[in-house]
Amino acid sequence: MALLEVNDIHSYYGNIHALKGVALTVEEGEIVTLIGGNGAGKTTTLRTISGLIRPRQGNVKFQGEDIIKYAPHALVPKGVSMVPEGRGVFAKLTVEENLEMGAFHRNDRAGIKEDIEKSYEMFPRLGERKTQLAGTMSGGEQQMLAVTRALMSKPKLLLMDEPSMGLAPVLVDLIFDAIIEINKQGMTILLVEQNAHMALQVANRGYVLQTGEIVLSDDAKVLQNDPTVQKAYLGID
Amino acid sequence: MKRKRFNYIDMVLVGLRFAIIGVVLWGIAGKFIFGIGVDYTAADWITFFVSGLSQGSLYALIALGYTMVYGVLFMINFAHGEFFMAGSMSAAVLVALPLDNAGYLQAYPIISLCAIFLSSMAVSVSVAIMTERVAYRPLRGAPRLVPLITAIGASFFWQYFFRGLFGSSLVPFPKFEIFDGKVGLFGLEFQKIDIMVIVTSIIVMVALQLFVQRTRTGRAIRAVAENKDAATLMGIDVNRTITTTFAIGASMAGVAGVLYAMVFRQMNFIMGFIPGVKAFTAAVLGGIGSIPGAALGGLFLGVIEAIGPPLFLEGLGIPGAHQLKDVIAFTMLVLVLIFRPQGIIGEKLAEKKA
Repeated sequence: MALLEVNDIHSYYGNIHALKGVALTVEEGEIVTLIGGNGAGKTTTLRTISGLIRPRQGNVKFQGEDIIKYAPHALVPKGVSMVPEGRGVFAKLTVEENLEMGAFHRNDRAGIKEDIEKSYEMFPRLGERKTQLAGTMSGGEQQMLAVTRALMSKPKLLLMDEPSMGLAPVLVDLIFDAIIEINKQGMTILLVEQNAHMALQVANRGYVLQTGEIVLSDDAKVLQNDPTVQKAYLGID
Repeated sequence: MKRKRFNYIDMVLVGLRFAIIGVVLWGIAGKFIFGIGVDYTAADWITFFVSGLSQGSLYALIALGYTMVYGVLFMINFAHGEFFMAGSMSAAVLVALPLDNAGYLQAYPIISLCAIFLSSMAVSVSVAIMTERVAYRPLRGAPRLVPLITAIGASFFWQYFFRGLFGSSLVPFPKFEIFDGKVGLFGLEFQKIDIMVIVTSIIVMVALQLFVQRTRTGRAIRAVAENKDAATLMGIDVNRTITTTFAIGASMAGVAGVLYAMVFRQMNFIMGFIPGVKAFTAAVLGGIGSIPGAALGGLFLGVIEAIGPPLFLEGLGIPGAHQLKDVIAFTMLVLVLIFRPQGIIGEKLAEKKA
């Protein structure tokens, strides 16, 4: 049984039919990436999985259970955590408070403390700035915070929405190294990216989304060498 | 745009600034140089100041409810003054007067006072939660004008609901012997009730600040105020947090309701209107959405209302200047909206929009 199973979901923004029957699976321990251009429905797919958008049709199964009926906040204790698009850190809270917010549903004070220390080990920059307001940090630092904050809820599945958006290439490398490291520690990741080049390098499998439909899906290595993918998303003629 | 055109509205605004400064200076000069009106001693001025602080702490307590709800929902809850009235009236009619009639109130004033506070807060909170659940929550996604109008409707609903319950005549509030009269402090005399109001308000406001900064629920409120989607993704129940915010605001209105009753000792079903509008003014004055701003705005408004009339209205030769304190309060509101819309310590509204 796959950890996450998305079956034929149709989501709408008002009357706009944004997802037209998207189906995908994520197995435990995998990094799966969802690539596609602007407006293809990548973010909508993630928001549907995390419960922020309710699909009109189809279902989303997490560990075999249909999770569409849950409010988004109720999914966090079940083990789904999301790094939202544009990071979504709490600008007026300190770095440490942001991390504590990530552990909102947990009650084990000692465990939370330990995980905060682990976050600082993963990104020493965050440790240096733990009492600083998150809004005063650079985009890259905020992204580090958004990633570690999402891990604070001890998820089984991490959804990431464009972690490379707006970052300098050095920082993109740093974030992707972290993604690989997190995955090595056993985290399953569903990664949405416009940076198809980087995404296909770290992922096991990939899906290509176009105007609300999955048009291609295969191993990441195969997609990297696929001529249409190369042309459309990797900038190779 | 290369150069800002100087148009006639700018000229009117500059003129307005000078006119206001001129009037205030003229009034102060009239008072102190030409000696128009009553000649007050330094002790009188301190008395004005302290009674202003006492009145201002009531505004501050009510203003906190406006500002916290605005913080999480970007909505002005115009029914907030009614939460204040509901707690105050109910505590008076259902608890304070029966206790007084039984003689218990004078025999055990502190216990009675606790009971009055708790009942007032309980009623205010219940009314707030019902209003939020029935009138505001279904309109969460609606344009911002819609809940505003609903709030005005809710306000009228509660006014006439409580008129139906307790009648339209003035309800008296019993006198507490222990808070009656004056007390000497630093060689000056103050009304005991003013000191009591100020001290209680400070305790409540400090407690609120600690709650919002230090507790889990407080953090949830701040997170929801900043970014609802991100807060949801942290596992925070946004709707429950919004209800909690209403409840906390209303419980402070409940405290203010009892303090108001103890100071003025007369209430009726429309008692919430003027304090509600004044507290809204205070919240805007301090910077709406900011908790310290509301506290500061309330105190500032109370003090300027108390000191303003003798300081610069009497000197203009206006008879019965102290009756014009509402004019000062609402002139302040208009001036703040024109010249500093973000309030004393508020942030710019444009930044808050995102």
